[in-house]
Amino acid sequence: MVNLIQMIVSGIAVGSAYALMGLGMVLIYKASEVPNFVQGEMALAPVFISYLLMNSYGAPVWVAFAGALVFAMVLGCILEFAVLRRAKDPNVLGLIIITIGLEMILLGLVSWKFGADQRSLPFPISSYDSVVIGNIFISTLDLLTLVVALVIMTILFLFFRFSKLGVAMKATQQNEIAARLMGIRTNRIKMVTWGISAMVGSVAGLLAAPVIMEPFMMWDPMLKGFAGAVVGGMTSLPGAVVGSYLVGVIEHLFGGYVSIEFKSVVAFVVIVIVLCVRPSGLLAKHYIKKV
Amino acid sequence: MDMKRDYYEDVEIFSSGAVVFWFVVLGCLLAAFPFFAENYYIYVANYIAINIIVVVGLNLLVGFTGQISLGHAGFYAVGAYGTITLMTEAHLPFLVALVLAALIAGLLGFLLGLPALRLEGPYLAIATLGFGLTITQVIGKIELLGGRQGLKAPDLMLFGRQLKTDQEFYFLAVPIAVLLVLFARNVVKTKVGRAFIAIRDADIAAETLGINLVFYKTLAFAVSAFYAGIAGGLYAFVLRFIDPELFSLFLSIMFLTMAVVGGLGSIMGPIAGALVLSWVDLELRNILSIPYLGDWLRHLSSSYFSLTGVSNIQFIVFGLILVGIMLFEPLGIYGIWIRAKKYWKTWPF
Repeated sequence: MVNLIQMIVSGIAVGSAYALMGLGMVLIYKASEVPNFVQGEMALAPVFISYLLMNSYGAPVWVAFAGALVFAMVLGCILEFAVLRRAKDPNVLGLIIITIGLEMILLGLVSWKFGADQRSLPFPISSYDSVVIGNIFISTLDLLTLVVALVIMTILFLFFRFSKLGVAMKATQQNEIAARLMGIRTNRIKMVTWGISAMVGSVAGLLAAPVIMEPFMMWDPMLKGFAGAVVGGMTSLPGAVVGSYLVGVIEHLFGGYVSIEFKSVVAFVVIVIVLCVRPSGLLAKHYIKKV
Repeated sequence: MDMKRDYYEDVEIFSSGAVVFWFVVLGCLLAAFPFFAENYYIYVANYIAINIIVVVGLNLLVGFTGQISLGHAGFYAVGAYGTITLMTEAHLPFLVALVLAALIAGLLGFLLGLPALRLEGPYLAIATLGFGLTITQVIGKIELLGGRQGLKAPDLMLFGRQLKTDQEFYFLAVPIAVLLVLFARNVVKTKVGRAFIAIRDADIAAETLGINLVFYKTLAFAVSAFYAGIAGGLYAFVLRFIDPELFSLFLSIMFLTMAVVGGLGSIMGPIAGALVLSWVDLELRNILSIPYLGDWLRHLSSSYFSLTGVSNIQFIVFGLILVGIMLFEPLGIYGIWIRAKKYWKTWPF
């Protein structure tokens, strides 16, 4: 029994990182109608920037993190403004290919600059101490990830509910033409959406960085986050969170009880099964399109 | 652009004498190529031919039927591993093993098509992605198929002769590629192809017109998986050694980008896309040896970037090509060709 709870707890901790990536992807999907494959690299570049700030310029940890978040915001805005908006007559596959291209450019730039050797980010909270609650071990880094993810979700919820920019973003996502008629500058809103999504992703990256930091590190969280967002429904923010936690927990349960080798495979199998039953994800409305 | 006067003219392969002539010229050039080219370029040609097969098959699914598939590396892997295993364990001759492995890949494609009937957009992308990853992971775990260490390809015996050099393999791969491309063109021009195009444009309307969506969608998945299986089987013999790491998500994305960059919805498009991107891929692996560009890059790397990561420039160049093509010509390389043709055909108006 204790084992089960232990596995669920570590699954939730891992799911928090996926949930942040999934949130980023759903935000962009709702605003720009494109599944965003750049999410991983938009999260990766600020992590390496913070590493650069800490190592080469000797900045303290909090300054480096703040710098990384600012860089993420700027990067997201630039990507939307300079590239995605310039696509003429976009169909979904074309936009996906543009995001894949951007992802390759960013990945190439980061791995060119920093090389392939593994580093780790000097971080005040180590991943090797653990906190013991009852009989459950949870490492301090995992606990921090969980807490930060919950805090960010709360902030996003409050932001969307109560702030003017948040309401404007919701309006743009629901019906873009009506929002423009109401006087909302939808181009800027989309830019800001990309920026916020990059910031959320980079928080996930910064929390995963102390353990391992290499240019390919964000592929796995991005894929799992994407999968979680798909399971939860690509058009619903709570769905992304629920789906990602589900993916994390199922992965760990399967790894613990059945076999550790097929861990990532089972996540995708479960997703395919869920999609067979509910084709638009768990929490989203299935939109049957017009002929 | 030219008027077709009856159904036969619409479906025939060669629409005029000039086309037949140029096709024969192309055939002669292809046949004479290995006799006056170096061995490295014949290897490149083999690699390109295999990619053409995969991308033409993928284009049947993505360009003509409107689905997305991020899992084609899985079918590629099934073709490669299946061919080798059938040759070593069941002692079947090469061509039989190749076709059988491709049929197994086609069956898996059919199985993938079943959940894909209800999905579209990012949901379909994730389902196919998961499928591709699952197949690769499962293959990597089975000890019969070599596990993590990979499999070595046996000697390739064809009609009693052993094919050892790249040149001899060229005469196997390129005719297969030409045959499969002609087959795909035939498929596209006839009833099945028109059903695919109808499904892409408006699938609910297609169903009301009597096109059986279940049959044609799963058929599209199965046929493109078959193409990927044949290409995988040939690839195993080009590389002579395969392991599960080769068939990653990145390979699936490469195939998809070759299809999109070349131009979806045509047969010449994927050929152009596969040609350009495979050649760029192979050239970028030794980018430092290009005369002026290599030295400049080396200088730039040692002063601002790290020298060890220079091989990652291939990512940057690919990304730039993708973004550039999609921003400036969404219809791909084939779209550029069509625009040029239209311009010159209607010149000077």
